[in-house]
Formats: sequence, structure tokens, C-alpha cells
Amino acid sequence: MARPKLPFEFLVALRFLREGRMQTALILLGVTGGVAVIVFLSQLISQLQATIIDRVLGSQAHVVMRPLEEANQRALNDPASIAVIEPRAQRLRSIDQWEAMVKLAEAQPRVVAVSPVVSGPAFALRGRASKSVALMGVDADRYRRIVKMDGYMTRGTFHVEGTNAIIGIELAKDLGVTVGDKVFVRAAGGRDELLQITGLFDIGNKDLNRRWVFTTMKLAQSLLDLPGGVSNIDITVTDIFDAQDVSERLQAGSGLTVESWMTTNSQLLAALRNQTVSNNLIRSFVIVIVALGISSVLVVSVVQKQKEIGILRAMGASSNRIMGIFLLQGGLVGFTGALAGVGLAWGLLQFFSSVYRTGDGAPLFQPHLDTGIALSAALIALVVGVLAALIPARRAAKMDPVQAIRA
Amino acid sequence: MTAIVALRDLRKSYGVGTPVETEVLHGIDIELAEGEFCALIGPSGSGKSTLLNLIGLLERPTSGDLAIAGSETAGLNEQALTVLRGRHIGFVFQFHHLLPAFTALENVMMPSIIEQGVATADAEAIAHDLLLRVGLKGHEHKKANQLSGGQQQRVAIARALSRSPRLILADEPTGNLDTHTADDIFALLREFNRERGSACLIVTHDPRLAARCDRRIELVDGRVAHVSSS
Repeated sequence: MARPKLPFEFLVALRFLREGRMQTALILLGVTGGVAVIVFLSQLISQLQATIIDRVLGSQAHVVMRPLEEANQRALNDPASIAVIEPRAQRLRSIDQWEAMVKLAEAQPRVVAVSPVVSGPAFALRGRASKSVALMGVDADRYRRIVKMDGYMTRGTFHVEGTNAIIGIELAKDLGVTVGDKVFVRAAGGRDELLQITGLFDIGNKDLNRRWVFTTMKLAQSLLDLPGGVSNIDITVTDIFDAQDVSERLQAGSGLTVESWMTTNSQLLAALRNQTVSNNLIRSFVIVIVALGISSVLVVSVVQKQKEIGILRAMGASSNRIMGIFLLQGGLVGFTGALAGVGLAWGLLQFFSSVYRTGDGAPLFQPHLDTGIALSAALIALVVGVLAALIPARRAAKMDPVQAIRA
Repeated sequence: MTAIVALRDLRKSYGVGTPVETEVLHGIDIELAEGEFCALIGPSGSGKSTLLNLIGLLERPTSGDLAIAGSETAGLNEQALTVLRGRHIGFVFQFHHLLPAFTALENVMMPSIIEQGVATADAEAIAHDLLLRVGLKGHEHKKANQLSGGQQQRVAIARALSRSPRLILADEPTGNLDTHTADDIFALLREFNRERGSACLIVTHDPRLAARCDRRIELVDGRVAHVSSS
């Protein structure tokens, strides 16, 4: 048997842990379970949130700039008279100086993509079928950076030119058309055009699959009577939770109506935040329970080891080094439990992702483990282990060696 | 001959400042010379173990002077006392007090591991040599609970000697052993004392063993009642 190579504190801490097999196994089990719960829950919730966000925001811009709403104003502001001001009907209008607004948006930090859109109501007609649709005049290269249309195409590519159009699969079904067929589109103002279908998309939302008709900007401008204009500017930002901040800055800089997804989906945001708070609460409780577990086991260990502590003190070990032994035990239990916990969480993710599936058969969440979450959980377990060991370690350090030996 | 231990008017009280304050040592004046082999005898409760703990720097006296290897200990902090204890003093306890999580070899190396921070090759060689000397060759890698009482006490003696201390304090090292084994252990301590020149202060109730020491100090009721030399 080779002589021990570890430093004194490590050597003694490891031997003490090894000697108290059952206690060590139990507390390791506790830490492993705690870390696994934290990592698994964090991973699960963050993935489910990401899926929800992706599903909701996958088909919409993070920030949308629109013209200000038109409003009636009194010609004379006479405080002595009372007037009832009726809200004004909103007509389709272009954003004033939209090219400058696009440049303004592009110049903002944290803005990834900007796409001007000409959007307005129209009817798609074929034979006796007539469907209400939203005409979307886009620059395909810019728009695919707002909504990842390439990934949603079921037939053809997301490319528009001339009188080509791309429609959703539901609309195609309703009109009985497919790629290569023609469909007649008439805008509310009476302008119409015969469009050739060059692509079909399935965006995962039946309503949008039934309503969106993509054409070139120029054609949409012509049909919607917005020559040279755009109805809205769609924007994507780096971090979706920066959207509100970006929209407020753009509103202040442009004077337009600027809305972020956080405003238009405030219920979703509240739900996500509540979910995050619940997750944090669960994690906090688990951390406290793990800390109490480590602390209580080490307190018992200090009592059980008091004779050994006294002997070590008699042999020249200072109280700080005795304290170090028990702090190390906490750290070792925390670290080892964290490693095992991360492994268990990975196993749980593999298992449950194969068990729980969405309606279309895809896994409800991906079985991959985020390194950041795993590392932070391991770090938390290590720190909690050391902190939990603080009280028993101080108790051990303060122990009177004579009393300890006599115990 | 220089004194390894010098006590002057050493007193120890428990419960200081409370209504139950009790003085257990009432002004002890003792000197122990380098290499001396001395027995500390007396009835139970006379203060022998307390005196040994004070000399071992495991407890602080209430008053009086205590010098170890020429260093006055009164003004030293806990850390300095620990260093002094580790450097000059080896302990042998009645119930051997080996560390059960470690092997015999590791127990003997432990004082050196504490001092050096890690187990060195030198410390291992010394531990092997000491275990050979105390008759435990082949038992190096056994845990304490795999050894007999006499073997455990031999390991404890080897451990106390591992850093060649100038003073060995033995608190009834044979009190828990049969006569034959007790004689062996005592002979071992005596042998090391003569060979290495370590002073040895042994608390014992056994008059046979006390008679074989250079000097006997008898404590009665916390006072030195009688000192005799061979």
C-alpha cells in the first residue's frame, strides 16, 4: 500500500467520510437528488419556456413599428364647452419616411433584423370560393430573418417575385389549389391581381396558414393602394426579453406606434414569469433542504469524531486545520453529489423526453443538458456544501482537546 | 542538565468566576530534566492527568509559570502552543487513541503529516522503522481495530516517537493491559528513553513500574506530596 499522497486536510476529510459509510451515502444521496431535481427542473422549464416562446414568437416579430393611429381633435379647445369626440376609423396608411425609420431601427443596439412589410386585408378568390386573407408584401431576404419561413415551407422555397405568391396549406386546402395553380386576389379598395402559387407553408398555426398570402412589396403596395409605402416595420432583437426596451427606445426616437411582443403577449409573459418564480422557489427550498441535510450529518459527525479531533489536536493540528477538515467534507459531499446529480438529471431528461411527446410525436423537450445550468448547479452545491459545513466545522475547531479525548 | 519542563507555582482551577470554582492543582513546582524518566503517581483525583494535560499544553494553567524546552508558554497564543506541542511533545494515552480510519503505518506518520502537510518518504521510512522496533513488522497496513490492545499501544508509542520529541507524556499507558504486556510496553518506553534521550513523564498507578523510573513524583490532593529518586 503506497503512502497517502493527499494533503493532511483532504486525507482526513476523505477518511472520515469513508469511515461513516452509511451517513456519507445518505447525505450524498440527498445532495444527488437535490441537484438532480434542480438541474432537471431548470432544464425542463427553460426548454418548455423556449418551446412556448418559439411557438408564439416563431411566427411574429419581436417588435413592430406602425404609423400612429389617427384621432379626431377639437379645433377650438374651449374649456367652457363639452364635446363628445368620436374615435376615428383607421385606414391603411404608410409609415412616413419609412426608409429612414428602417435605418433608425437598424442602428439600434441589440437589433438583429429589420424588415419593412406591406400588409393589408384582401380576398382570395377561386371559382365560387372566397376567403378573407392578409396580403403580406415582403422582401423575402429580410423577412426570413424575422420569421424563419424557410423552415416552415412544405413545398417550394420562400422566394417571391413578379406575381408569384406563397400561401399557407390551410388556404390552399380551402381554395383547392397547390403549387403551380393560380388564385385571384382582390384588395379592399377593389384592385385585383391573378397570382401564381409558387410555394406552400405550414407555420404551425392554422389561422395564419389560412390567412397569410406573401407577395412582393411592390405588388402589395399596388394592390393595397400604398404606392412606395409600408404599413409596418418588423424587427427581431438578440434577446427576446430586450424587446420592450428596444421598442421604448424606438418609440422615443421615431414618434411612431412601437409595440413589443411583451406588450402584445402580456398574458404569456406573466405566465412565463410565474413559472420562473415557481421554479426559483422550488430550487430555493431544495437548496435549503440539502444544506440542512449536509449540516445535520456533519454535526453528528463532529460529535462522533470528537475523540479523533482531540487526538489530532494533541498531535499538533491547529483548530483552523480541524475546521478545514470539516469544511472540506461539506465541499466534497457537495461536489460529489453535484456530479452525481447532474448525471442523474441527464438520465431523467433522457428517460422523460422519450416518454412525454407532443401531439405530432416529437419529444416534449430535448434530452440535452445545458452546460451552464449543470455548472451553476454544481457550483451552488459546492458552495452550499461548504456553507452548510461552517457551523459543524466551527464547533469542531472550538472543541477542547482534553474534553474531546476524554469523550 | 537543562530542564525540558519547568513548572513554578502552577495552579489550575475549574469553574473560574463561578460559585463552584474549584482549584485542583495548588502551586506545583517541578522540573523535568532532558532525558529523565519520571513517574507521576498518586491516588485517583489527585490531579495527575490535569498536570499532564497542562504540561502537554492541552490546557492552560490558571496561574503560575510553565516552560517547555526553555520557552515560557504564558504569553503564547493557541497557534504558538500548537506548534510547540507538535514540535516537542509526544503523547501516549491510556486507551491508545489511535485514529480508527487509518492504518498502523498512517497513524505513526500522522504527526509528521500534520507538521509537513503531506506524507513524505522520510516520514514513511521512519514509521516503518519504528513499527519494526516495536515489533509490529507485517502489521503496518492493519487498521487499529485489527490489532490487539498491546499492539495498539505499541503503535501509539511509535506514533509518539515519530518526530523524535524531547518529551513524551504517557497517561497510564499500561493501565488497560495485562501485566506481561504492560511490562513489554514499559520496557519499550524505557528503551527509547535511553536510546533517544527523550524525557518521559509517565502517569501510573502501578508501583512496580513506578519503582523502575529514575524519579517518582507523588501528587496528593493537587500538591506534590513526595519526590523520590532511584
